[in-house]
Amino acid sequence: MKRSGKYIVSKRLDKLFLQLSDVYKFIMRFFREVFLPPFEFKEMVRQCYEVGYKSLALITLTGFITGLVFTKQSRPSLAEFGAASWLPSLVAIAIIRALAPLVTALIAAGKVGSNIGAELGSMKVTEQIDAMEVSATNPFKFLVVTRIVATTFMIPILAVYTGLVGMLGSFINVSQNEQTSLSVFIEDAFKSISFLDLFASLFKATVFGFTIGTVGCYQGFNSSKGTEGVGKAANSAVVVSMFLIFIEEILVVQVVNAIR
Amino acid sequence: MEKKTAPIDRSKHVISIKGLKKSFGDLDVLKGIDLELYQGENLVVLGRSGTGKSVLIKVISGLLKPDDGMVNVLGMEVDKLAPAELQELRLKIGFSFQSSALYDSMTVKENLEFPLVRNSKHLSRKEIDLAIEDVLDGVGLLQTLNQMPSELSGGQRKRIGIARTLIMRPSIMLYDEPTAGLDPITCIDINNLINEVQERYNTSSIIITHDLTCAKSTGDRIMMLLEGRFERQGTFEEVFNTDDERIKTFYNYNFTV
Ligand SMILES: Nc1ncnc2c1ncn2[C@@H]1O[C@H](COP(=O)(O)OP(=O)(O)OP(=O)(O)O)[C@@H](O)[C@H]1O
Ligand SMILES: [Mg+2]
Repeated sequence: MKRSGKYIVSKRLDKLFLQLSDVYKFIMRFFREVFLPPFEFKEMVRQCYEVGYKSLALITLTGFITGLVFTKQSRPSLAEFGAASWLPSLVAIAIIRALAPLVTALIAAGKVGSNIGAELGSMKVTEQIDAMEVSATNPFKFLVVTRIVATTFMIPILAVYTGLVGMLGSFINVSQNEQTSLSVFIEDAFKSISFLDLFASLFKATVFGFTIGTVGCYQGFNSSKGTEGVGKAANSAVVVSMFLIFIEEILVVQVVNAIR
Repeated sequence: MEKKTAPIDRSKHVISIKGLKKSFGDLDVLKGIDLELYQGENLVVLGRSGTGKSVLIKVISGLLKPDDGMVNVLGMEVDKLAPAELQELRLKIGFSFQSSALYDSMTVKENLEFPLVRNSKHLSRKEIDLAIEDVLDGVGLLQTLNQMPSELSGGQRKRIGIARTLIMRPSIMLYDEPTAGLDPITCIDINNLINEVQERYNTSSIIITHDLTCAKSTGDRIMMLLEGRFERQGTFEEVFNTDDERIKTFYNYNFTV
């Protein structure tokens, strides 16, 4: 075999395109099967619960600290211009437009995405997916569709929750320092938030959720044989979905700014 | 326990394979396989590791598509079936996996009821519980009902795997290395179980193995898979009464180690 540089590059490119077409087929299969009965409602609800349960504690902590620290760190710069009263609205813009969906998605990618990758990966390796198929249950529907639906549905809800907890963290800091009451804080905070901001954030979170579920399931479902395949599936579930989340974030921000 | 000879109906075949070929990339695994499984028969497929034994039964159950040839199971060509028909057919085939393949997030009970609850929606809770108890008793593991698969031994997992397929009352059983990785005594237990299953549920089975003790005590007929083709078939004695070096090596290896 000739091992010129050109050959290796083209082989890698081939592999990349093959994989991309594979991913495309995987996503198309999801959209085909999600609307076809039988619907695995029970399993979907269980998966939603898993997503929420797995990430809730960490999201609460991170959201709260983000709001609190962000407020604390921004105060000196604003105070320099005598604009400390803008704090609530500044924090609200940062948290609602950007931080809440992003922080939620990154944490879920780490906790939920890796778990999906490992779970499906080990089911694949130990022939559990084959076993499901021969017992006349469609494993794509039972395992993949339910998980993607769960993350797509739950990440926006969790993002709203992260936003609320983050604002609470901010309020605690503001009320200590500026003696602002809750109603004034809320009024200040939401003055600068438009419907477009809320919509864009929810849209982003939905896209992130879909990404986390799809990447985790794809990696697990296609994991290679052997225990090492399971670790790889879990790991690339996290790395790939975080990478995609950042790219999607940038794209959505561009689009929203163009509309605004 | 010596095998009781159950009635084999040689006029009726439940599986019929002709000229089956399957490769993965450059690797030709099955190079033209012919096989008939008769009603009520235990057919053992012997072969060394990597000769494509698992691939063969995965093709039979429709998990892998053949590249060429005809695979007919219970009168239906597996690779030409619509998804719904394939599902229907699969309920009549029990597949015991090499790695047992128990769902490890579920208890033994949930494992057993999984195929039943999803495919026989008309059953009442009571009927399901009875069916579970029946198959679990059949494999002698009633006490494990509420355990997780991770708490079971390898032999117990194999039995539960077999019980899970029996609960659908299949007419064909496919066993992929039922005794691999088990101690000799547990092997004998599993061999007996395979024979009991055949008598009790009147199944026809393909048993894949490289364990000659298992082959001898369960097989009505033995086929030897060598380099992608069936080289010899017949009873245990017929297969091994040969000058073929490869088959002799296989025999000696099994009984000297
Ligand atoms: N899905 C697959 N993709 C690519 N290659 C495969 C696939 N399944 C099996 N093979 C290859 O086919 C060959 C036969 O595999 P198979 O699992 O059937 O062996 P086996 O006879 O069951 O061996 P063992 O006794 O070790 O289980 C192996 O070389 C394996 O690498
Ligand atoms: Mg095998």
